[in-house]
Amino acid sequence: MSNTSGKTPKLDKLDKGPWPSFVKEIKRAAEKSPMSKDLLGQLELSYEEKIGHWKHGGIVGVFGYGGGVIGRYSDVPDKFPNVAHFHTMRVNMPSAWFYSTEALRKLCDIWEKHGSGLLNMHGSTGDIIFLGTVTDKLEPIFAELTEAGFDLGGSGSDVRTPSCCVGPARCEWACYDTLNLCYDLTMHYQDELHRPAFPYKFKFKCAGCPNDCVASVARADMSIIGTWKDGIQIDNGAVKEYADKGMNIQKDVCGNCPAKCMEWDGSTMAIDNSLCRRCMHCINVMPKALRPGKERGACIMIGSKAPIVEGALLSSVLVPFMKMEPPYEELKDLVEKMHDIWCEEGKNRERIGEFIQRVGLGNFLEAIEVEPSPYMVEHPRDNPYVFYEEYFEEGDEDEGEEEDE
Amino acid sequence: MATIELAGKQFDVDEDGFIQDATDWDEAVAAAIAPTEGVDSMTEEHWVVVNFIRDYYKEFGVAPMIRKLCKSTKMDLKKIYELFPSGPAKGACKIAGLPKPTGCV
Ligand code: SF4
Ligand code: SF4
Repeated sequence: MSNTSGKTPKLDKLDKGPWPSFVKEIKRAAEKSPMSKDLLGQLELSYEEKIGHWKHGGIVGVFGYGGGVIGRYSDVPDKFPNVAHFHTMRVNMPSAWFYSTEALRKLCDIWEKHGSGLLNMHGSTGDIIFLGTVTDKLEPIFAELTEAGFDLGGSGSDVRTPSCCVGPARCEWACYDTLNLCYDLTMHYQDELHRPAFPYKFKFKCAGCPNDCVASVARADMSIIGTWKDGIQIDNGAVKEYADKGMNIQKDVCGNCPAKCMEWDGSTMAIDNSLCRRCMHCINVMPKALRPGKERGACIMIGSKAPIVEGALLSSVLVPFMKMEPPYEELKDLVEKMHDIWCEEGKNRERIGEFIQRVGLGNFLEAIEVEPSPYMVEHPRDNPYVFYEEYFEEGDEDEGEEEDE
Repeated sequence: MATIELAGKQFDVDEDGFIQDATDWDEAVAAAIAPTEGVDSMTEEHWVVVNFIRDYYKEFGVAPMIRKLCKSTKMDLKKIYELFPSGPAKGACKIAGLPKPTGCV
């Protein structure tokens, strides 16, 4: 039953149909690499037996680093000796994934020489993922990578490789320089990135505006999302042009504004910016007519993660507005305080979002010296997070009880 | 499972070289593992770390969290990596004869 013949009837089925399949790529790599060939064989076996054949949790690495390599071993190495070891290496990608073709070729060369040749561009954290090598090759690969100007990314309980949207490099909506912040954070947190010492992982993601093209709100322990403080910039002439070309401004722009704070009388657009939620809808629909305001910075949100120990969380607002300019002292101070309290009090494998849920946002805010603000409340009177001491004066408690009755 | 000889004794080790049964572990065994983890020779400071990890493991059945290790040994993370270049989880725990740590150190 086992498949060492090189025939892969089950995988072949994935090769059919209109969409490209990873099987096609592994087969291509298998022409050159015995490792990729055995990978196909083992995968076919897994499909036959409906069971995975990777063991969990190897500990391998390079000297000086505690992260960046994920050990993986086959549990059927006698059948597929070339994937007895199949370690993954994470390589720190450049900000916003800009490469020269030369750099890409170099990465491919290194990996073809020392590994399976299979890459995943990119993993969900954003790293370049090198799939499949053996323990003895780790140091030579690391040496060649550093020679080429690359470094390993994070893995385990550390700062994971920060990532960002394309930002001002190509996008006019960017409210701050996401690429620069991403690079700055990466360099500033080198120790934390390479030497795991946290309760669990910590991800930074930098998005230039609330469109959040890196999905930071759902995938980062700290989401840094560009926003503006003043009003949306309006070019009434351009709004009119959209209208003249047939756009139904009333229905498609004003009607879909979640805050219902826009008005269009046929010649002038009015926005009540005090109600605007910075959702980007109107700006996305009429990019020529509307722009983010001029006083720009970012909103700092914390706590999102995929469901592992507790359920999935989205990030929630910690600091509604912060200027985002080098050297980002204010942000780093905040991060440091957060890390301190989380590392001190956090349980093993507890993400910072879960930690905050456990200790309560009020206590957390006190520890990091941030004033509670209404922006932190998801729905008014609906969120038990914040306790406003100043609202409770003597006698209040009794009144509260009366109301309850 | 592979078997290796350390300081004249036979040990079963897993793929990552962690010894499976530490009953026969002693200082000579630790000194024999050390070079495979980039530790040329075990100094007094190395022993402080290794002994702390062993004592903690004996008491709690798990490896200490890295913060705990740093605090108790009064060494910062940088120092730990200077002593054990492959890190506390891979280097120090392996030398200390612990089974492969899962998610701690
Ligand atoms: S998140 Fe905003 S600034 Fe960044 S690429 Fe998307 S639209 Fe542009
Ligand atoms: S950004 Fe969103 S909330 Fe603000 S005015 Fe435009 S559509 Fe309305």
